[in-house]
Amino acid sequence: MRKPKYNILTLASILMLLPLLAACGGDNGTSTPSAGAATGSGGSTPVMANTAVMANTPVMASTAVMTGTAVMTGTSNSSLTGKLEMFSWWSTGGEAAGLKKLYQAYNVTYPNVNIVNSAVAGGAGQDAHAVLNNRLQNNNPPDAFQIHMGHELIDGPVAAGQVEDLSSLYQSEGWTKTFPQGVLDIVSSTDANGTKHYWSVPVNIHRANVLWYNKKVFSDNNLQPPATFADFFTAADALKAKGIAALALGDKDSFAAPHLMETVLLGTLGADGWKGLWTGTTKWDDPKVTEALNTFKKMLGYINSDHASLSWDQANSEVISGKAAMTIMGDWANADYIAKNFTNYGWVNAPGTKGIYDALSDTFALPKGAPDRDNAIAWLKLAGSQQGQDIFNPLKGSIPARTDAGKPAAGQPSYNDYLKSAMSDWTKDTIVPSVVHGAAAKPSWVKDYTDAVNAFVTKQDVTATQSQLVTAAATAMGK
Amino acid sequence: MSQADTVMTAVAPYEPKKRRVRIDRIISIAVIAPSIIAIAIFVYFFIGASAYISVIDWNQSNYTNKFVGLQNYQQLFSTFRFQQDLRNTLFFTIAFLVVCLAIGLLLAILLDQKVKGEAIFRNIFMFPLAISFIVTGVAWRWLLSPGTAGDPHGVDQLFNLDPLTWTWFSNADSGIFSVALAAVWQMSGYVMAMYIAGLRAIPDEIREAARVDGATEWQVFRSIIFPLLQPITLSAVIILGHISLKIFDLVFAMSGHGPAFGTDVPALNMFDTIAANEYSSGAAIAMILLILVSILIIPYLIFNFRNEVKQ
Repeated sequence: MRKPKYNILTLASILMLLPLLAACGGDNGTSTPSAGAATGSGGSTPVMANTAVMANTPVMASTAVMTGTAVMTGTSNSSLTGKLEMFSWWSTGGEAAGLKKLYQAYNVTYPNVNIVNSAVAGGAGQDAHAVLNNRLQNNNPPDAFQIHMGHELIDGPVAAGQVEDLSSLYQSEGWTKTFPQGVLDIVSSTDANGTKHYWSVPVNIHRANVLWYNKKVFSDNNLQPPATFADFFTAADALKAKGIAALALGDKDSFAAPHLMETVLLGTLGADGWKGLWTGTTKWDDPKVTEALNTFKKMLGYINSDHASLSWDQANSEVISGKAAMTIMGDWANADYIAKNFTNYGWVNAPGTKGIYDALSDTFALPKGAPDRDNAIAWLKLAGSQQGQDIFNPLKGSIPARTDAGKPAAGQPSYNDYLKSAMSDWTKDTIVPSVVHGAAAKPSWVKDYTDAVNAFVTKQDVTATQSQLVTAAATAMGK
Repeated sequence: MSQADTVMTAVAPYEPKKRRVRIDRIISIAVIAPSIIAIAIFVYFFIGASAYISVIDWNQSNYTNKFVGLQNYQQLFSTFRFQQDLRNTLFFTIAFLVVCLAIGLLLAILLDQKVKGEAIFRNIFMFPLAISFIVTGVAWRWLLSPGTAGDPHGVDQLFNLDPLTWTWFSNADSGIFSVALAAVWQMSGYVMAMYIAGLRAIPDEIREAARVDGATEWQVFRSIIFPLLQPITLSAVIILGHISLKIFDLVFAMSGHGPAFGTDVPALNMFDTIAANEYSSGAAIAMILLILVSILIIPYLIFNFRNEVKQ
């Protein structure tokens, strides 16, 4: 009687303690720590070493330690005092390093302004949105805040009358000429009188429609990176025959599958058809949308079986290890490859999207009632300037929104090969807004779209999903 | 109260004491008042505010108070995601409650057999309660992550299971039970503690008397111990039930909404909804959660109230 009792108790104890041990041991291999975000990190170490030397005191600014930045932003200006509270979701990796560098550049010019860095961590800024919404609604705004370019801002704080119109700043800084038309269209709204209003300053540009591939897997199987859906499926069949997952997907976080679907819609409908989906000129019950859903469904036949438990960067690791051959992800994936010391990768536009730049951008906006408005305006000017963009973007792993930027000062971090190729595309491709990343539609529509696509990944019911998307569009347009 | 007053007046008919009674009452009201006011504002006012927001059309960032009745609720129930939420909540609650109660009771009975080192075992079983659901979620996410085909890890690796068959929380249909497993791991020690307290409160004399009367050990449990443990079971059901209806952190850290919303719960949906500026739809989810919890708790409160009145 006694013995079995102890056996049960001991067994139960072991079972109870097992997860604790697992927690201590951590997991080895597949899930590398990530920001869990749609925004990558990379190459921040050399910079951090640099920043340690560059304290933001006026004395240091005049010493020889200061390179490029100080020279370019000119002499120090003590007319501005007080503080500058900058709100963002950039708390780790290259993006935090880039932001810090931008702060330093600001302090070189305005040494008497004390910068308060309010960064709320969390993937793709979702938690930051919640905090920001609260602060704006309670009339307790920061001095400037980060927000995605496009409808996330225009149907959010702009519609609620919470941000200032930056049109005069656009005129005085000449930004209407230096940002490409595609971006100017997305960051602005047109009022009833036909006047354009600009609402935020784009600091960087990320690209969503990129197909990344493992060069070794492709050369081992004598494959060429696909340009069309037909090419993609030919390659995918060859890879499937070898037991390799053609396409890595990590849709644990809700943006990844809708992101893939976005590139499929874009590749099927083309730039104008895609833009029309969000303005009402393309109908969601269009046969082309059905075709896109069917293509997406077919693609799901070639993905890794464990996609549902991976995040996007873990899906990237599948490509690195060669278990998967390709992945379609935004260009923050580039920073992830660099951070993981993987070099044997290549990139092409996602199938069918040649000549199209599916863009998303982080922008800075000025809330109404900002406590330190002058300091914030000086900050926006720096963020929109050529030197500001070239300070920030090489570290963030994105390209500058200005077409005349891309020339970092000597001694400063420079753009890597991918970013150089993206910059050349940026000046000649057709720019379209990304929906998953806030540019093309308002947040409630984005949620309805992502919910429908995420259910589709498992249910794969084309008719039901298309009717959900039609309803979502009707709901969003009706308001 | 009126009874107490008459007694007081009868015993102490003269003025000074009467005044003291009045002062006592004023003091007692003054002491309770802050919490009554705070509860009125921070609980009932906000419930009212949520109820109001759920019937207006505030589904964009600028506030509008156009009354739309139950339209937000209608729309909610028509979405696939919310239907999945309700299904998952039902499955999760049943699995979590039943397994937690069973394990808790079993452990309590075993520990109640006057075993050596009881304190050590008791503490081990109580350990998981000391950590937050977030930590539990992260640890179990690692354990139950199925790994890639041909390269299993976590539990699949430990027990040599095929990760294609044992997909745990990445399964669209049964994923929610894996989340329930983690919740059971965390909360069954708590149920055990409740049952131990209940068992210790049962006097040995009653059991002895039953045994003297020739009852078998099973009969002692069935006819004496289980009926006496009923109030404990009821309390445990209420406590676990409202945890499981409102669960958010564990799911958020462990599996997210899962494939085809297989592990989604209403609280997670509410979070995403409000993040998308759909405040009215979010408030509607909150109201539905409140109603679900009320269905569980109000009968319990009535039951308790009647018992108190009887006494």
